[in-house]
Amino acid sequence: MTQRFRTASGGRIDRNRVLRFRFDGRAYEGHPGDTLASALLANGVRLVGRSFKLHRPRGIFSAGTEEPNALAELRSGARREPNTRMTMAELYDGLEAASQNRFPSLRFDLLSLGALAAPVLSAGFYYKTFMWPASFWEKVYEPLIRRAAGLGRAAREPDPDQYETMHAHCDVLVVGAGPAGLAAARVAGAGGARVILCEQDFELGGGLLMEPEHAAWRDETVSALQSMAEVTILPRTTVFGYYDHNVLGAVERVADHVAAPLPNTPRQRYWTIRAKTVVLATGAHERLIAFPGNDRPGVMLAGAAQAYATRFGVKAGARALLFANNDAAYDSLFALQDAGVAIAGAVDPRPESAGASAARARGISVWADSEIAGTSGGTALHGAHVRRRGGAGTDTAVVADLLCVSGGINPAVHLASQSRTPLRWNEALATYVPGVPVLAQHSAGAAAGVTGIAEAAADGAKAGAAALGAAAPAIPLPTGTTADARVLPIWEVKARGKAFVDIQDDVTTDDIRLAHREGYKHIEHAKRYTTHTMGTDQGKTGGIVGAAVLAEARGERVQDVGLPTFRPFATPVTWGAIAGAHVGKHFAPTRRTALHEWHVRNGAEFMDAGQWLRPAYYPIPTDTDAWESVLREARAVRRAVGICDVSTLGKIDVQGRDAATFLDRLYTNTFSTLAVGRARYGLMLREDGIVFDDGTTSRLAEDRFFVTTTTVNAAAVMAHMEFHLQTAWPDLDVQLASVTDQWAAMSIAGPKTRDTIARIVDGIDLSNGAFPFMAVGDGTVQGRPVRVFRISFSGEMAYEIATPSGYAEQVWNAVLAAGREFGITPYGVEALGLLRIEKGHVAGSELNGQTTAADLGLARMLKKRGDFIGRTLAQRAGLTDTGRPTLVGLRAARRDEKLRAGAHLVEPGSTTSHGWITSVTRAVEIEGWIGLAMLRGGAQRIGTRMHATFPLKGEVVEVEIVSPYFVDPENQRVRA
Amino acid sequence: MRYSGLRLLTQALTGNRGWTPAWRDPQPKRAYDVVIIGGGGHGLATAYYLAKEHGITNVAVLEKGPIGLGNTGRNTTIVRSNYLLPENHNFYEWSLKLWEGLEQDLNYNAMVSQRGVLNLFHSDGARNAAARRGNAMRLDGIDAELLDKEQVRAYCPLIDVDNGRFPVMGGLLQQRGGTARHDAVAWGFARAADARGVDIIQHCEVTGIDVEGGRVTGVQTTRGPIRAGRIGLAVAGNTSRLAQMAGLDVPMESHVLQAFVSESVKPLVDQVITFGAGHFYISQSDKGGLVFGGGLDGWNTYAQRGNLPVVEHVWAAGIAMMPSLSRLRGLRQWGGVMDMTFDGSPIIARTPVAGLYMTAGWCYGGFKATPGSGWCHAWTIAKDEPHRLNAAHTLERFRDGRLLDERGNGPFPWLQ
Amino acid sequence: MIRIDCPYCGPRDEVEFAYRGDATVRRPSADAPADAFYDYVYTRRNPRGWHVEWWHHAAGCRQFLKVVRHTMTHEVRQVAPATTVVDVPSE
Repeated sequence: MTQRFRTASGGRIDRNRVLRFRFDGRAYEGHPGDTLASALLANGVRLVGRSFKLHRPRGIFSAGTEEPNALAELRSGARREPNTRMTMAELYDGLEAASQNRFPSLRFDLLSLGALAAPVLSAGFYYKTFMWPASFWEKVYEPLIRRAAGLGRAAREPDPDQYETMHAHCDVLVVGAGPAGLAAARVAGAGGARVILCEQDFELGGGLLMEPEHAAWRDETVSALQSMAEVTILPRTTVFGYYDHNVLGAVERVADHVAAPLPNTPRQRYWTIRAKTVVLATGAHERLIAFPGNDRPGVMLAGAAQAYATRFGVKAGARALLFANNDAAYDSLFALQDAGVAIAGAVDPRPESAGASAARARGISVWADSEIAGTSGGTALHGAHVRRRGGAGTDTAVVADLLCVSGGINPAVHLASQSRTPLRWNEALATYVPGVPVLAQHSAGAAAGVTGIAEAAADGAKAGAAALGAAAPAIPLPTGTTADARVLPIWEVKARGKAFVDIQDDVTTDDIRLAHREGYKHIEHAKRYTTHTMGTDQGKTGGIVGAAVLAEARGERVQDVGLPTFRPFATPVTWGAIAGAHVGKHFAPTRRTALHEWHVRNGAEFMDAGQWLRPAYYPIPTDTDAWESVLREARAVRRAVGICDVSTLGKIDVQGRDAATFLDRLYTNTFSTLAVGRARYGLMLREDGIVFDDGTTSRLAEDRFFVTTTTVNAAAVMAHMEFHLQTAWPDLDVQLASVTDQWAAMSIAGPKTRDTIARIVDGIDLSNGAFPFMAVGDGTVQGRPVRVFRISFSGEMAYEIATPSGYAEQVWNAVLAAGREFGITPYGVEALGLLRIEKGHVAGSELNGQTTAADLGLARMLKKRGDFIGRTLAQRAGLTDTGRPTLVGLRAARRDEKLRAGAHLVEPGSTTSHGWITSVTRAVEIEGWIGLAMLRGGAQRIGTRMHATFPLKGEVVEVEIVSPYFVDPENQRVRA
Repeated sequence: MRYSGLRLLTQALTGNRGWTPAWRDPQPKRAYDVVIIGGGGHGLATAYYLAKEHGITNVAVLEKGPIGLGNTGRNTTIVRSNYLLPENHNFYEWSLKLWEGLEQDLNYNAMVSQRGVLNLFHSDGARNAAARRGNAMRLDGIDAELLDKEQVRAYCPLIDVDNGRFPVMGGLLQQRGGTARHDAVAWGFARAADARGVDIIQHCEVTGIDVEGGRVTGVQTTRGPIRAGRIGLAVAGNTSRLAQMAGLDVPMESHVLQAFVSESVKPLVDQVITFGAGHFYISQSDKGGLVFGGGLDGWNTYAQRGNLPVVEHVWAAGIAMMPSLSRLRGLRQWGGVMDMTFDGSPIIARTPVAGLYMTAGWCYGGFKATPGSGWCHAWTIAKDEPHRLNAAHTLERFRDGRLLDERGNGPFPWLQ
Repeated sequence: MIRIDCPYCGPRDEVEFAYRGDATVRRPSADAPADAFYDYVYTRRNPRGWHVEWWHHAAGCRQFLKVVRHTMTHEVRQVAPATTVVDVPSE
């Protein structure tokens, strides 16, 4: 019998099946229905962790999400999950877990020797020292502190599991499936509402699970809910955050209760739930009492001890002592007694109570008007010191290995508070309960301070009816009597020794008082100074206790001190679950052009252009490096003909009676004068006068234009147009359609271009006279519709052919076939860039949102008459300052020296930057490296030499400042 | 009371009973030479440097709640000076130099940790922009290094250099950048300012600014009127509202920026890393929590809370950059309300109202600026003219078109 | 999460929309002085309270909507087509 603390019978575990698991390498057994915590307790394992700062021994303290101590590294390797609450980890066969934050072992933790220095390690000690010498912080002190701090170890490999995202809408979201939540869901469901019921536990029932006499009602209610088609039940689902407009976030643990998810199954599922009404039936957390030694393994919340006994069939100790300030906690003690645990007695600070009387009637000794002033034991509890309240008389040493503590309950108001529901003080429970909500929301049951199974269920039914907003059907409700949950609000026993208010982070009552003494009197200051409530348990058991200690120091009531703000997450959330499928390659969408498959088949190297994948260049076997490919492609364009996929450029179809007027206002230059069948280069400013985008726009008809944008600004230009059309000029008759994806586009450039495409383009006379530079016309290629634009980015004779995307490859192949005898060469974005730099065309590096038209040498494009966006503010002094850097060309003075973009231009020997290089390339038109730069006094410096300095690499290159137009400045070739 | 290891030891032996308040809790006087509105890091630093550098000690810092709980206590604690524009990097570099000596100056350990700040880039264009920025910094004597892909891999092995949607091409590293303990910055400045005679008045909300004949004369507060001939605004996120009390419209919008912390784990991320292909930055606190954030929720708000769409994007970007973070858990989510200016750069300046000054519009950059902002603001108040370091950070620059637009995003605060 | 009830598409999540700021400013006429353009671009309302603002239903009907939203509670009180005259609620 390895599970020597297992009760003889009872509980909701399946005793017929055995699950094997390991903790710190040792093998144990448990049963389905166990958590890791209950299974360890069944095996008599008491020491499960070490505290954060002092590395004190720690045991299992709770049976739920509020657990401060029992944190483990679950699983191993890439699936290692640090800080997993053993109380929430469902046992599975083969589970492996390890304790954390200890060295070399849990039992002999060398770091616990640091506790000898505990008096020095008072709250905020680190703010007062480690300052000398200054350089020691990063080298000595901080590494030591970081190694000692932290809890578990994170995995260092990518997560092998997958996550899924769900979006849901419902009439009523019920959070929590205890008596209140079950009743609320049933009423709402029976009334015809679409209901989602979320329960973080793997079993529905909440407090019902530790009350065997209510099992029948629970089972009947659950099966009723399961039969309702519009009720979705989500067990193992934690609602972590309550956001604006009644939208809540939840994470469903789909496969955390097995060793690894099944194939094609997510580990967890992230739900975004939009609810018309929310019922918060999140229950309550029992709270601790701060007394010396309240952190020793064996000290446990009373309700948790009860849960282990009645739900899990586990005796959390052999001999139990209760320390409680309320009658309800006695029920826990009685449950232990019924489960066969020896009872050492009950310690009650109240002089007399119903609980004490009931205990005496069961033969249990009660120390009334008493308190626990300390505990004894090492890594496990041996006993406690009981004394009269306030310390009168002598202590009584009581032997016990389980000390059940109950300082009352705190309703789990986290979600309510996140949704801006104010909290109000409940005197009877000495705690906060939700006030009147702001959003469509109801708190019910223990979450609203209503205790007892029958009362909570009735309250839940009421909330369900209110959420339904219609005549509510009657449902069966549980009955029974309930112990009084009212408390005598004692928070602390002042005696010698460390009394903890935050067990995980080692925050003591003295720490809180020290913070107060030093002026950190506000609750938020005290929290931050001491780290109180800042651990993974978020202070669920001790938060208000710390506030009470602070209140006493301030001489105020607890409710006057307040609590730190409750922020999401109500319970910590797995990072990967929120990211969902947007990981790895799927972090962002990948956009591919209609010609993508052709590029792949023809060996293109791709590069990212925003979300687009574009061919960078097309290496052939004889190319020895990337530059050789790029130069080969660019030379083909300069000498013969090349073809480039330019489908990613934004394309907008602008139609309507006022289309020309609209474009006149949008662009710095004029489009109303553009003839049908002609294209014009256009420049657009932002309203603040800075250059926004450029591109060619063609007039297809009097009332129809075809606008192209840069790849990166396609969406922004469309939104810019829509904004002005809809908000500033709604009187204009203009319609817009983005047709970027509908049209594939290819640029064919080089002196042999006309010879190439004239062979295949039907319906257009491509002769220079009939179809000059900037002409536009519709035709066909092999019977497929094409639109041909005689525009050039490279400075060569060039035509752009656009065709509906489905014909892209056919048209592309037709061009290739027609150009074969001229050696037509596909070229990628790299060669495209080379060619445009040689031609002095600006692109993204120059159109960077910081430059004006004049900066770019485009001042002539600002029309003198008429309004256009950006006209007025472009005239501000700072934007017309002649000292602004302007566009120039550069050439490396030594032809074998490389230029780098991002270098700054300085006078030899100086570190004063006069400008910077925006774009560089090796040239084909001339020898060596060239570039474009923004340079102060640029025009005056043409013909001079400067240094291009790149301190990041220690490079200085002498450059000639030249005109940015390296190729055909008179624009002869494009007109050839 | 001077802090030291010896003092800690002697206090420990006497039950830590001898510690005294880090700052006094004075009643407001009826008049001060200077009133600073806002008891965050910037306001407290302004008061400290007024006292220390300019001998102006008859100063009150008025804070509507407890000090240091606005953006000072809500940010991701990064310090760095790796900005592109000289007006910005020279200012932030001065701030970084102040950080480097801050603890000895204040006698308070703000845990300034120069662990390195690495900005990743993923494209030629971003690399060129990083190079321009790094070279600009180097020319002005500020440390910067360009790492290639393999150097990034060696520097921080958790980064998925190869397999992400946007493979990492390299990074711009500032070794002297790092983190500091945000709360300690407010507390340290408060304690040091208080020691020089500054009155730090908490729970004192300013309800009006008195202006007579174009000049400030004092403030109305929830604790009564206070006269002062010079008033400094240091109320990040609320500058529009406070400036309007003096009749000023300022070019700013208030936006929420979210931040997150994970559960505490053993040392994992030893530097500050920013992702270049999505809004994401991360570091690890000394306590072990991974502190991270991303972009704005993107609409005007004064509420210190954000929503799920940004959470999803930020967390996905985190895993895109460091896939092993996936199994960690987020512990807390919060938001800070920031003044977003229309060019992404701050304002430390005189205003059209004589005697009214402001340090405002800090966008994402407020925490790292804390000492420099206080120092320049104090100078501007003391001399009634800006220091060379904040001469460009005027209110008028928007009207003049002398913008300090680091990213070229234009007058769209929600895109900054 | 902000939910906006688009008059053309029905209630939708904020992720479908792009924010475009203060909707009370109007683009000045072409002959307006520079200050008017300055105010249009740089003097934008930034209230703690009700705000009338543009939201572009970018992933929906592509309409710019006037949305009346509170900047503390985030409550949306009104969503209207672009040309609707909308009052700024005082409370």
